[in-house]
Amino acid sequence: MRRILFESLTHGPLTEQPPAADDAAIAELAKNVEKAAQARLGRSLSIRQVDAGSCNACELEIHALANAFYDLERFGLRFVASPRHADVLMVTGPVTKNMREALKRTYNATPDPKWVVAVGGCAADGGIFKGSYACVGGVSDVVPVDLHIPGCPPSPRALLKGLLALLEHVTGEHR
Amino acid sequence: MSLLDLIPHQEAIAAHRPWPRVLVGEQGWLKAIDLLAAGDVTLLGFWGEVSAVHLVLLGAADEIAIVSLQCETGKFPSVAARHAPALRLERTIHDLFGLDAVGATDTRPWLDHGVWGRSTPLGKSDAPRDGGPYQFLSSEGEGLHQIAVGPVHAGIIEPGHFRFAANGEHVVRLEERLGFVHKGIESLMAGTPLDAAAKLAGRTSGDSTVAYSFAFARAVEAALRINVPPRATYLRALMAELERLANHFGDIGAICNDASFALMHAQTGILRERVLRAADTCFGHRLMMDVVVPGGVARDIAPEGPAAIRELAAEIRKIFPRLVELYDNTASLQDRTVTTGIVKREYAQKFGAGGYVGRAAGRAFDARRNLAYAPYDELSFEVPVLEAGDVNARVWIRIREVEQSLALIDQILDRLPTGAINMALKPGGAPCEGIALTEAFRGDVLVCLRLDGEGHIDRCHLRDASWFQWPLLEAAIEDNIVADFPLCNKSFNCSYSGADL
Repeated sequence: MRRILFESLTHGPLTEQPPAADDAAIAELAKNVEKAAQARLGRSLSIRQVDAGSCNACELEIHALANAFYDLERFGLRFVASPRHADVLMVTGPVTKNMREALKRTYNATPDPKWVVAVGGCAADGGIFKGSYACVGGVSDVVPVDLHIPGCPPSPRALLKGLLALLEHVTGEHR
Repeated sequence: MSLLDLIPHQEAIAAHRPWPRVLVGEQGWLKAIDLLAAGDVTLLGFWGEVSAVHLVLLGAADEIAIVSLQCETGKFPSVAARHAPALRLERTIHDLFGLDAVGATDTRPWLDHGVWGRSTPLGKSDAPRDGGPYQFLSSEGEGLHQIAVGPVHAGIIEPGHFRFAANGEHVVRLEERLGFVHKGIESLMAGTPLDAAAKLAGRTSGDSTVAYSFAFARAVEAALRINVPPRATYLRALMAELERLANHFGDIGAICNDASFALMHAQTGILRERVLRAADTCFGHRLMMDVVVPGGVARDIAPEGPAAIRELAAEIRKIFPRLVELYDNTASLQDRTVTTGIVKREYAQKFGAGGYVGRAAGRAFDARRNLAYAPYDELSFEVPVLEAGDVNARVWIRIREVEQSLALIDQILDRLPTGAINMALKPGGAPCEGIALTEAFRGDVLVCLRLDGEGHIDRCHLRDASWFQWPLLEAAIEDNIVADFPLCNKSFNCSYSGADL
């Protein structure tokens, strides 16, 4: 174990330069996020992830945000275990009817001010599961959405771009 | 004597490939149940249609047969009443088609949570179902308390509900309640052209997208009697092994992380990311979605791909052995994984548990070896099997499979045939049926489908390995402490989406 730890110290970090915040995301946020809610939280956001029917590919890429290459926590963004600790809900999937109630309750359990990020093509409008008897069809049909990050699944870099845009916007750094 | 000699049956369906499908009467159906209950055959699949039910059976010599019972009256003799592994599949058949299992002892709904706005969405009638709260199985005794977890969990994982009955720290009973991510995939597939259906198949369980696309493509090709070009089969296997590597790295790290050993998680996370980046370089998508298609593969490996994979393999061979050594030499970690969450060998056999769950508990089944589909029939690899059945054994199976996948990737790159990567599909003109199993990282994926004359999907059933692993998790956790549940659960890493469909 010591050898591995020592090598981690002597080799340079794997962590990469962050991408620029996504312009489309900034535009969407400008429309959705209230000015009053901005700059309340300091440069830090706690995120609660909710799988509302995804195929689990989005979860894999959200997980990857924590690895050494993307190192999400350096931006003050971290995943928390309870909606009661969260500022942001990150929701994936076409919202199955079997998850609709759980998503609503999770949203209601999250204290204000809060933001909802819908991740992936399914979360936007149901994606390829649109029209199923078992799916609602998009996160915004159940709870208000502030930002969509498209992709099937979105790459960790795309996720990072969207989240950085949210962070800048919420903390009022973006002009 | 062949498997079907044991089961009285009527005619075989001529357009079903590659294994025989026969129609049986009630006598044949009951005989199939006898064989399952006696342990002479293993249940590979069990699904319904509007007025039929089908069983896929695996015989002792890896012989496969499908028996079908017409049930115009909407009833069929319960399989689950005598063979527990069929239970959730049978409840699903009732939820989706409204067919009644006569003699069933557990008739609670499974996927249907009473919120679809209709009952039996794939069946004939829309008769309202008596609602009411879901009845969990009871546990009674002094000092017992219940712990309810989910469907929204603490981590970044899929939703499901776990109901523990515990006495202090000790789990007396765990009952799973799943179905939260049921998307109606089989219903969406009906009537769609193959390209749309292939996309749905590839999103049944995102972590196994290659394995699902591979199984779906092979089932279509069996139905249409197509042999895809050799280069396509090799590229498919290359993707399947990259997918296995990525998932095994993720799992090994996540299991150790659930024992609070974060260093391993950080290190295997790096390896996993490198695999996904190599996959992106080779096939233009980190998870390689939609690259395996009926008829072959949608795109060839990028020119710089083989070099990227060789570089990746060299990096893994440099780093991974040290991590294995670290795992093996960390007593505090071993203390958590050894003898925790034991799957009994007889359960693994009875449930036909695939993947590392089965192979860590003495069940030596790997579809790549036992059914030897192309190109694995031409490649040399070992199927590691252990007996202990605990979390530790499931970690070691993954470690050994990483090594085998690296060896397979070498062989695939060395022998990668030249030539075409796909071929055009011609609809059969008449209905035809195909069935295929592929080995995903967590176990065998089964796809059974029927195409209509125009080559559209008439009916497609997809069965994840998790169907037969989830119930064993309930058994494995018994008498363990509540705090070891995350560890046990992660060592199974069953798919929610794959089993909820």
